[in-house]
Amino acid sequence: MNDFLPIFVLLVLASGLVSLVLLISVLFGPRRRARNETKLQPYESGMRPIGPAQRRLPVRFYLIAVLFILFDIEVVFFFPWAVALRELGWAGLLSMLIFIGILEAGHFWLWRRGALEWEKMDK
Amino acid sequence: MPVVVEVTLKSAALIFVLLTGFAYLSLLERKFIARLQARIGPNRAGPFGLLQPVADGLKLIFKESVTPKGVDKPIYFLAPALVVVPALMLFAVIPVGKGATFQLASDLNVGALYVVGVMSLAVYGIALAGWASNNKYAVLGGLRAAAQMIAYELGMGLSVAAVVLMASSASLADIVAAQYPEQYGGILGWFLFRQPVAAAIFVIAAFAEVARAPFDLVEAEQELTAGFMTEYGGMKFALFFMGEYVKMIAVSALFTTFFLGGWSGPFVNEAPILSVVYFTIKVVVCLLAFIWVRATLPRVRYDKLMDMGWKVLFPVALANVLVTAVLILLGLPGYRL
Repeated sequence: MNDFLPIFVLLVLASGLVSLVLLISVLFGPRRRARNETKLQPYESGMRPIGPAQRRLPVRFYLIAVLFILFDIEVVFFFPWAVALRELGWAGLLSMLIFIGILEAGHFWLWRRGALEWEKMDK
Repeated sequence: MPVVVEVTLKSAALIFVLLTGFAYLSLLERKFIARLQARIGPNRAGPFGLLQPVADGLKLIFKESVTPKGVDKPIYFLAPALVVVPALMLFAVIPVGKGATFQLASDLNVGALYVVGVMSLAVYGIALAGWASNNKYAVLGGLRAAAQMIAYELGMGLSVAAVVLMASSASLADIVAAQYPEQYGGILGWFLFRQPVAAAIFVIAAFAEVARAPFDLVEAEQELTAGFMTEYGGMKFALFFMGEYVKMIAVSALFTTFFLGGWSGPFVNEAPILSVVYFTIKVVVCLLAFIWVRATLPRVRYDKLMDMGWKVLFPVALANVLVTAVLILLGLPGYRL
């Protein structure tokens, strides 16, 4: 647990700093009443905003997020293996190759299905 | 001195140095870009414009804190914090000099994993800022930023994995030490020369992670105004700004640690304080490269950016890790510890 102590301390100090900065702007900044609704309107290049901003999003963003989770877990598995490779020897490399083989098959399949095409994904 | 007090003092000093560094990095960027564009840059506030960051900061402090209508208030105020805090926390594991004195969490043996993990936390801040702002530009900017950062994180994670493979340790102090084995003379041991592919991938991914030119599509002003920070003003904007610059310093420090031999240099054994000087010099050179690239390259198109992340960077990084593993197991010179 002691190993992580500096990280917690840094977290507390950094959060304190951020709160202080936010507090400063409230304390020192002027507070003027909004005379009309325009001041508090979201910025939309000078037009009145049409409809809510949080509308339905292109599905490709969800797809990318899901793919990321899959492959990022793969990357995380690389770290303990990388630390221990010199002890594991060729057997370690072989097991990793099998693991990567399965995942890369998936990656390749996604590629061929067009899941990685940003422009044509709508089809 | 109790450990807690010592650690607190060190952390406070670290944060102070980083904030000063951030302030003067913003001045350095304006000055350097001005020179590259045959201008002079800020030179009115103090000698050579040295008081410019102070003037900028004071101006932002005295701005009104406007909260637009319809924002999701708790998230709206939390988001800038979620960008700044992880950027500062990255420095907990970076050895800025020789020995445990200059590394905050020196006992942590999962440094590289911690770095990759904490770096990705900033995505939350940006995506949430975009979502909470009740602004269409902000939503699009936030989404773009999130998709871009996670796509390039894969490449970055794998390039760091190649470095860990070379050092057989995930502790950043060990990684620095592994770049100076007996059989190499001086800088030839740097992973920049022994892992050039990983270094190149790290650089490209770093630009995308920090979202700076040529990958600054997050705030492509012609399309998205200011992207996820459109509705942020005053000190809330300053926090995002701070987050970007501190992350830039952090990424430069990481590149120095992973590929440029960290704090090492001649005579560090005789005078340990020199190691901090060498580290600072290397980081500043990386930062100047960051700025130079911004002044030189145009912005990349978004679909090209995503293509590059998923179809080039990720497979190349994966292949690099495997080739490195084979070469290590064959015990080739240059791949021994």
